[in-house]
Amino acid sequence: MTLVKEAPVRPAGKRSAAPAAGRRGRRRENLAGYLFMSPWIAGFLLLTAGPMIASLYYAFTSYNLFTPPQWVGLDNFTTMFQDPRWQKSVEVTLKYVVVATPLKLLLALGVALLLAQKRRGQGLYRAAFYMPSLIGASVSVGFVWRALFSDDAVVDRTQKIFGVDVGGWIGNPDYVLYSLVALSIWQFGAPMVIFLAGLKQVPQELYEAAEVDGAGPLRRFWNITLPMISPVLFFNVLLESIHAFQVFGSAYVVSDTRCGPADATLVYTCYLYQKGFKEAQMGFASAMAWTLVIAVALVTAVLFWSQKKWVHYEEAAK
Amino acid sequence: MTSATSPALHTANERRRTGSIAWHVGALAVLAVVLYPVIWVVGASFKPSKDIIASLDLLPTKPVWANFSGLADGISGISISSFFWNSLMYAVLAVAGVVLSSSLTAYAFAKIRFAGRNLLFTLMIGTLLLPYHVLLIPQYVLFRNLELTDTLVPLVAGKFLATEAFFVFLMVQFMRGLPRELDEAAKLDGCGHLRTYWSIVLPLSRPALITSAIFTFINAWNDFMGPLIYLNTPEKYTVSLGLMMFRDQEGISNYGSMIAMSLVALVPVIAFFMAFQRYLIDGMATSGLK
Repeated sequence: MTLVKEAPVRPAGKRSAAPAAGRRGRRRENLAGYLFMSPWIAGFLLLTAGPMIASLYYAFTSYNLFTPPQWVGLDNFTTMFQDPRWQKSVEVTLKYVVVATPLKLLLALGVALLLAQKRRGQGLYRAAFYMPSLIGASVSVGFVWRALFSDDAVVDRTQKIFGVDVGGWIGNPDYVLYSLVALSIWQFGAPMVIFLAGLKQVPQELYEAAEVDGAGPLRRFWNITLPMISPVLFFNVLLESIHAFQVFGSAYVVSDTRCGPADATLVYTCYLYQKGFKEAQMGFASAMAWTLVIAVALVTAVLFWSQKKWVHYEEAAK
Repeated sequence: MTSATSPALHTANERRRTGSIAWHVGALAVLAVVLYPVIWVVGASFKPSKDIIASLDLLPTKPVWANFSGLADGISGISISSFFWNSLMYAVLAVAGVVLSSSLTAYAFAKIRFAGRNLLFTLMIGTLLLPYHVLLIPQYVLFRNLELTDTLVPLVAGKFLATEAFFVFLMVQFMRGLPRELDEAAKLDGCGHLRTYWSIVLPLSRPALITSAIFTFINAWNDFMGPLIYLNTPEKYTVSLGLMMFRDQEGISNYGSMIAMSLVALVPVIAFFMAFQRYLIDGMATSGLK
């Protein structure tokens, strides 16, 4: 499946490297290749590789932008691990990742299963379900969310009609994070579309054979659908959890710009932003950024390691 | 179909019809929940400020225009159109940058055989998973030293330098799928790479280019962290920052105009979405990227 594994770069036509062209032709191809990708090479050196080295250096310095960086060794990391607000931000982020990602994927899969059936108006439904994913990141939707979840607003009042009173959402440190979780789940369109693409590739014969054998819908889902779409599921889990680790805008906009109340929505990047751009502690913020990189790399590694146990590739079955 | 259907066929038809009704009821129920916030914001923008938080009604009992007419005053002396103009400039430059630089890079990866290609391709894919925050601070320091903060340059420089690996990858995948006979024929006809790129590969890659362009436009329009970090004069603010400013200046007292402006800010994205949703969703599904 092209979604998950990147195909190796295909050699572009053996025939084109005609013997007559020889070494000069090959050199010309090399030159053309590097010229064509010179924007990317410049961007990679200037905006990716260079900054990575710089931020690795900053992570071991005290740097406030105005005076040159001062080497402080591991100080940023030791202060960071002891900083209660940093600990809080880790806790908030993990809670967000662990709650939002599975719920979002569950909804995405549910709706994808619904839309995988051939019905009239399918395309329209699919488009409508996808829309929140496009507008969800905007400040506008942050405001809408804030208005919907404000204490004593629509959500609060509606649930009170059903006799549930949680004591407000936006103003309540115990619940405000869940309004962000709801915002994230609402944007289930992107993984849904990927699930749909995966569902389309499950061979129908498998279902027919299972039906003949007397397997009910649940059994067919468990024994056919789930294994067959496990590569797409893996891809979605990977992508969505990495994204969830980096949530910023919604926390900043929905729960007022301080990511509160009481640091209840102090997601990792929000604290990083405060440290770097509000308090000009660039060294500390860089140390935080590298810790995030390591955490994301670890999660990625664990997911890749775990896929051997649960991701089913067609090639392996043959 | 004749009226003389057998009883067995009759029940099968009936079962299919109930299945279809159940499906639509289910889909519409999910749809209602999903679209509720969008419909709500439309309704709320026509409600008097005091009703927006307090009223449970989805639509206003008596629609008012005041929220929209209030927007004409602007935000602390800056007209709303200025924010829209800045966002538009940002988005248009971003689209031009991404389409141009990513397609050139993708052409090299997909169609030119040069030494080190596989290694560079792996590096490019690697940047996809890198949390962008690790680059945030050094990039800020870089642009600050170049005295380019408070301009659009830091926001669009990366787009012109193909740093958006998503789009490069998407275009590589697409260009690899183009029949190789075409560019080989062009080569036999004496076309160089530049000509093959421009006259053959680029026009054929239109679906991938359109998908990238729409996503870039929408991402730039929605971008919040970039402008928040780099722009500091209110006259240069994009719509996202204008909205935040609105909140800080007017707060709860003028909820109506805030909601109205939120709605207006969503219009370009929703319009783009409606016009191109087919490309967008298919592009998403084939590339597996957002």
